[in-house]
Amino acid sequence: MALFQISEPGQTPTPHERRYAVGIDLGTTNSLVACVRSGVAETLPDEQGRHLLPSVVRYLSQGEPVVGHDAMAVAHEDPLNTIASVKRLMGRGIEDVRQLGKSLPYEFTRGDSAMPRLRTVAGERSPVEISAEILKKLKKRATEILGVDISDAVITVPAYFDDAQRQATKDAACVAGLNVLRLLNEPTAAAIAYGLDKNPQGIFAVYDLGGGTFDISLLRLNRGVFEVMATAGDSALGGDDMDHAVAEWIMRAAGIQDDAGHRQIRCLLRDARAAKEALTQAERAPLHIDLGHGKNWRGELKRDQLYALIDPLIERTVSPCKRALRDAGIRANEVDGVVLVGGATRIPRVREKVSQFFGREPLADIDPDKVVAIGAALQADVLIGNKRDEEMLLLDVIPLSLGLEIMGGMVEKIIPRNTTIPVAKAQDFTTYKDGQTALLIHVVQGERELVSDCRSLARFELRGIPPMTAGAARIRVSFQIDADGLLSVSAREQTMGVESSVAVKPSYGLTDNEIERMLRESITHAGEDDAARKLREQQVDADRLMEAVRSALTADGALLNIVEREGIEHGLKELQAAREGNDYARVKQAVKALDQATQTFAQRRMDENIRKALAGHKLEEFDMSRDKSPS
Amino acid sequence: MAITMTQAAAERVRNFIEKRGKGEGLRLGVRTSGCSGKAYVVEYADKIEPDDHVYECHGAKIIVDAKSLIYLDGTELDYTREGLNEGFKFNNPNVKDSCGCGESFNT
Repeated sequence: MALFQISEPGQTPTPHERRYAVGIDLGTTNSLVACVRSGVAETLPDEQGRHLLPSVVRYLSQGEPVVGHDAMAVAHEDPLNTIASVKRLMGRGIEDVRQLGKSLPYEFTRGDSAMPRLRTVAGERSPVEISAEILKKLKKRATEILGVDISDAVITVPAYFDDAQRQATKDAACVAGLNVLRLLNEPTAAAIAYGLDKNPQGIFAVYDLGGGTFDISLLRLNRGVFEVMATAGDSALGGDDMDHAVAEWIMRAAGIQDDAGHRQIRCLLRDARAAKEALTQAERAPLHIDLGHGKNWRGELKRDQLYALIDPLIERTVSPCKRALRDAGIRANEVDGVVLVGGATRIPRVREKVSQFFGREPLADIDPDKVVAIGAALQADVLIGNKRDEEMLLLDVIPLSLGLEIMGGMVEKIIPRNTTIPVAKAQDFTTYKDGQTALLIHVVQGERELVSDCRSLARFELRGIPPMTAGAARIRVSFQIDADGLLSVSAREQTMGVESSVAVKPSYGLTDNEIERMLRESITHAGEDDAARKLREQQVDADRLMEAVRSALTADGALLNIVEREGIEHGLKELQAAREGNDYARVKQAVKALDQATQTFAQRRMDENIRKALAGHKLEEFDMSRDKSPS
Repeated sequence: MAITMTQAAAERVRNFIEKRGKGEGLRLGVRTSGCSGKAYVVEYADKIEPDDHVYECHGAKIIVDAKSLIYLDGTELDYTREGLNEGFKFNNPNVKDSCGCGESFNT
């Protein structure tokens, strides 16, 4: 029997067409999945009632990887195969990772693309594949809870993510079999969760200090429409860094050498995190550290000691806040409300700093760990068409300027940072040599003036320019960014109309072979999924037919002779047996057979019913023009 | 005859309406569609129409239009959990057969 959820007035879905879309907060430390049911957005728990899924994946030498709490529990025993904070590696090149790698206990290898890979017992895995395991786990949880297959999702990303990181997130969703309705900036999601759109207008700051990233966003609300005025942040600052700072303090205090093994670093980080969390409530946290070889170290961390360790980190959030205010052209006292997001904002010291900076108490009613997922679920619900009246329009901005290389290795910015998207802009360029027939277009991202200081995104050539004197050709270069922040660039020579374009495939890129392999895997699974659905449909059909035939036999069994009855009962038995199996074609055949076996029976029942209905009446009594009454 | 709901269902209705911030009660209805002829409607009711029937049960209201009542009379609405999934369940004596998943039915 179906279970029903409450819909908005006039919005009850047609049977079998109920659509759910989930919101996913794919976090550095923890991930969550949320969904709107009966008009209320809630995060979805696992069987044990836990909402947060630790973003930890453990690869085993055989079988499926373990994701979440079970992986985290053994992380310190199997550090090389247990990958945490993989979000930090998304879309990063090998050079970026080499720097990060010093503080991460993993073994990196260089694959056949620029994307780094991590060596595990299950083979080499890319950050995209590891993230996909987390998404798969969340997808499975949502499918089990909602009772329908979930494929549409809004996934949140830090506002600071560049194109490569956004594309990597989309790739991970694709590998996990999720259709990304939209990538949504995390702060924007938080603002939706707080229903800030219900205000007539205002300027809001979203202060997001998560496990691995810090974001500050300034949103302007005007007539129910959000516009992101500015974003700033630090994509390598968060609660994890606090854990590292505390762990280093413990190492110094306990006299542990810098060459501590991977396993010991894991244990220390776990103890450091526990102490930090305890100090949210308590004034002091006891520490018992296992030094190995049967030795122990006992000590304690006081709250003011913790503050001394983390203050420099909290202080690092101030300059992005100032930068965002400057970009938005406002002062701190013009902000009408501040929203806190991310587990690290539970630390009383962080709240103090935020109130101090903005001169007001921040909003923190919604669990700061869940607020982003909840906002994403609300947005997903709108995008899939479950809301009619409240159109929510969101404008996002690009985090870094996009431009072209011009003569002399300089950057010509086409779209400045913090421009709202989607956006399309064009600029005319010309040739610099007589008779020049080709132009190299080099797309770069960044704020600096020299190409060498910016990030190279793509290069392509426009050929076939008619030979003209230098400066006579008109070449229009158009930049287009879609709602997900992904860029395509085209160039067109205006007189001849020759054209060339590129969809920016970020330079960290998966090679075609890697993409092909991952797609092939998802297709393999698609086959299984499809077969399972077909079987289920046939079984439903079979059940309905058997039910109808049995009730007909009970009602009008007398119309049949023994041979006919045996034929039908044989058909029923065959169908029942087929239905219990898992051969879709066999069920289908048995349904057809039973259907045929009962045709004479059905015909006779109809005749009998008409005979009964007509008995004792004259034809004139029937008004033949009357509509057939509903069954 | 009337339409009733269990204590569990009424609590859910009250909670959902409280969280939503508005609504008179739960509107139940029937419309023609689906693979077995008719389908249930389960919605928030923002206003009560003149020919609506209103049933109060454990502090929550069920609102049913006169046409749908023919197919729903005697129904008890429950709120149950099946595995990880949970939701409202119709115990409707008028139903003769329903489709495999129970989202649509025939009277």
